[in-house]
Amino acid sequence: MSAILQGGVASTALSPFKTTDSNKLVTAPSRSSLSVRSRSDWSKSFGSRLIARRSQPPLIPNAVATKKTDNAESSTSSKSGHELLLFEALQEGLEEEMDRDPHVCVMGEDVGHYGGSYKVTKGLADKFGDLRVLDTPICENAFTGMGIGAAMTGLRPVIEGMNMGFLLLAFNQISNNCGMLHYTSGGQFTIPVVIRGPGGVGRQLGAEHSQRLESYFQSIPGIQMVACSTPYNAKGLMKAAIRSENPVILFEHVLLYNLKESIPDEEYICNLEEAEMVRPGEHITILTYSRMRYHVMQAAKTLVNKGYDPEVIDIRSLKPFDLYTIGNSVKKTHRVLIVEECMRTGGIGASLTAAINENFHDYLDAPVMCLSSQDVPTPYAGTLEEWTVVQPAQIVTAVEQLCQ
Amino acid sequence: MALSRLSSRSNTISRPLSAAFNRFISTDTTPITIETSLPFTAHLCDPPSRSVESSTQELLTFFRTMALMRRMEIAADSLYKAKLIRGFCHLYDGQEAVAIGMEAAITKKDAIITAYRDHCIFLGRGGELYEVFAELMGRRDGCSRGKGGSMHFYKKDSSFYGGHGIVGAQVPLGCGIAFAQKYGKEEAVTFAMYGDGAANQGQLFEALNISALWDLPAILVCENNHYGMGTAEWRAAKSPSYYKRGDYVPGLKVDGMDAFAVKQACKFAKEHALKNGPIILEMDTYRYHGHSMSDPGSTYRTRDEISGVRQERDPIERIKKLVLSHDLATEKELKDMEKEIRKEVDDAIAKAKDCPMPEPSELFTNVYVKGFGTESFGPDRKEVKAALP
Repeated sequence: MSAILQGGVASTALSPFKTTDSNKLVTAPSRSSLSVRSRSDWSKSFGSRLIARRSQPPLIPNAVATKKTDNAESSTSSKSGHELLLFEALQEGLEEEMDRDPHVCVMGEDVGHYGGSYKVTKGLADKFGDLRVLDTPICENAFTGMGIGAAMTGLRPVIEGMNMGFLLLAFNQISNNCGMLHYTSGGQFTIPVVIRGPGGVGRQLGAEHSQRLESYFQSIPGIQMVACSTPYNAKGLMKAAIRSENPVILFEHVLLYNLKESIPDEEYICNLEEAEMVRPGEHITILTYSRMRYHVMQAAKTLVNKGYDPEVIDIRSLKPFDLYTIGNSVKKTHRVLIVEECMRTGGIGASLTAAINENFHDYLDAPVMCLSSQDVPTPYAGTLEEWTVVQPAQIVTAVEQLCQ
Repeated sequence: MALSRLSSRSNTISRPLSAAFNRFISTDTTPITIETSLPFTAHLCDPPSRSVESSTQELLTFFRTMALMRRMEIAADSLYKAKLIRGFCHLYDGQEAVAIGMEAAITKKDAIITAYRDHCIFLGRGGELYEVFAELMGRRDGCSRGKGGSMHFYKKDSSFYGGHGIVGAQVPLGCGIAFAQKYGKEEAVTFAMYGDGAANQGQLFEALNISALWDLPAILVCENNHYGMGTAEWRAAKSPSYYKRGDYVPGLKVDGMDAFAVKQACKFAKEHALKNGPIILEMDTYRYHGHSMSDPGSTYRTRDEISGVRQERDPIERIKKLVLSHDLATEKELKDMEKEIRKEVDDAIAKAKDCPMPEPSELFTNVYVKGFGTESFGPDRKEVKAALP
């Protein structure tokens, strides 16, 4: 089956988007999971990037990606698509890539016989055997190094950190070897690894298991970082990361593994460097990623009721930033709010603020505001933990403040 | 024994070592048996025999290549003092026998990975003098295009994986390469080299554990030159028998100043690793220079010690004595060979000095590998491109 580019607006309704000329590069905005605007207004926002041949996207009133019960309005959705949870989407992507390319292997703790601590690699060891789905002992430094060494020879390992925080033990390997070998060898070696694992603040997991490593890795030259947030982009990013020749770090979130969504049956990938337009709007640009996307969308419901029209972008690509999508949005709305789960100091939001200020200063009507987690180790107590991360109420207040 | 003049000598600078059939090296391959200087000490395995098969050609090639490596390192020393080489420069003189003996025992499909003392191993793997000096001076034609430096020499087509600055980090990489060799069912092994200082790194034992568990064809080679920068081995390691450190993994202690002992040990290790999994080799060797060019090398050891080793155990002198005692060449011929090597090195340096620096645009090349249809964008990106290949 020929590859299809997913460029549609709708989440559940998939209008397969075929190009007649398979060699032509198709321009399409990233898929959004929400559209409350009518099609004509939306195409006004996106202008020439829309291709006329797309069929009518359905209107999805619900801001947060939840189980879609009623698909009657979208006649195209009933045939294509199957519903699954985010960890199953990751597993599907991984399995498809392992089927496709015998060089892909998985290494990590408890990925094989146990099935993966978050069930992402469930069933893969039975299907592909012990040499392709490798249970490692608890030595992150060594098995990350081994994955990188294997990648130097042409294998494509997917290295799983049981929790992103454990990868701090492998920081030397990731920074010095993974990121830099392509450069210091003058281009002789490529390191097509994928380093993935769950991170972020969970449900009272304690300080050491609630780390957000994107802020530590973001300045390593030579790596790419992406964060998935929905089953659709989880599978797409997983596949794209495995196929990429660069080392990619795929950040998943512990609390998002059980999100359910319907994804296409056809094979698709998501662009690694592209941001996702979640909800187009006019008043303010809200940039977010991973779990905070859902807090933002919850706040968006309140904001819409109050009469605001926020544009929500899931930046997805944490390194490099998709400054094109972000820039277009800033040029339209002139106000930016960044909502992230990283710490205030030195997080992704801090870098993004600097990048936006540098590139789009003339278009801003107000200073870029960044809502991040507090600079504290995540406490165990539930109420305290809730207040380390950004809550929807704070987002609403921030938007009201910015839009005065 | 007559040495036949083989090829006319045109420009030997750019000719790779392996193909340089110099007029001094005969093609005589009648076997000569040589006894290693010391017996092997083994841990959990049977040591190989002390008799090594060699030939005239091999002996003379050993001499020539080791003399070339020695001259190259001395020349790098002077270049560093002339401030043409900057940063860190770790010299390998005194340890040449390890590189040479290993090369003699293996093929180009077997992988070698080492730490930062990599100039001579790169040469042994088929690198050229010109590439070495150009890279050391940061020029465009260096083996890593001038962007790696002394500690980052790589040669992918000869399976030489470098060249690493962080102590010990190359050993898990080496085990990963061994894993890939097993995955692809290539009948090849990986030699992961490290020093006595790195032998105390935890990641070594982690990697060894995994290699032994999964039966990987990994050979860990500890080049024990008895000093971890300024710290003697007895001050850094509770147990200085590095070949026994593997515990459940067999090990072999080898006189690293004897090229034939190294050759025999590497051959033995390769056979062992292909059948039984990892093995540790400890090469008892010595470096004449300090740890790097910024270390005089005499604050933590006496000059008498250095000159004592040089007189009694020098690898090149040993080969020279063997050549002379077997009547394979005369003193004069060997001296002429050394003169020729000196000229070769000087010519390579002169050519490398003329090589220009890299272009400024090279700063941004090879950070990412482009392709696969998805490109990195800046704020002026015009189109989104994503397609399944």
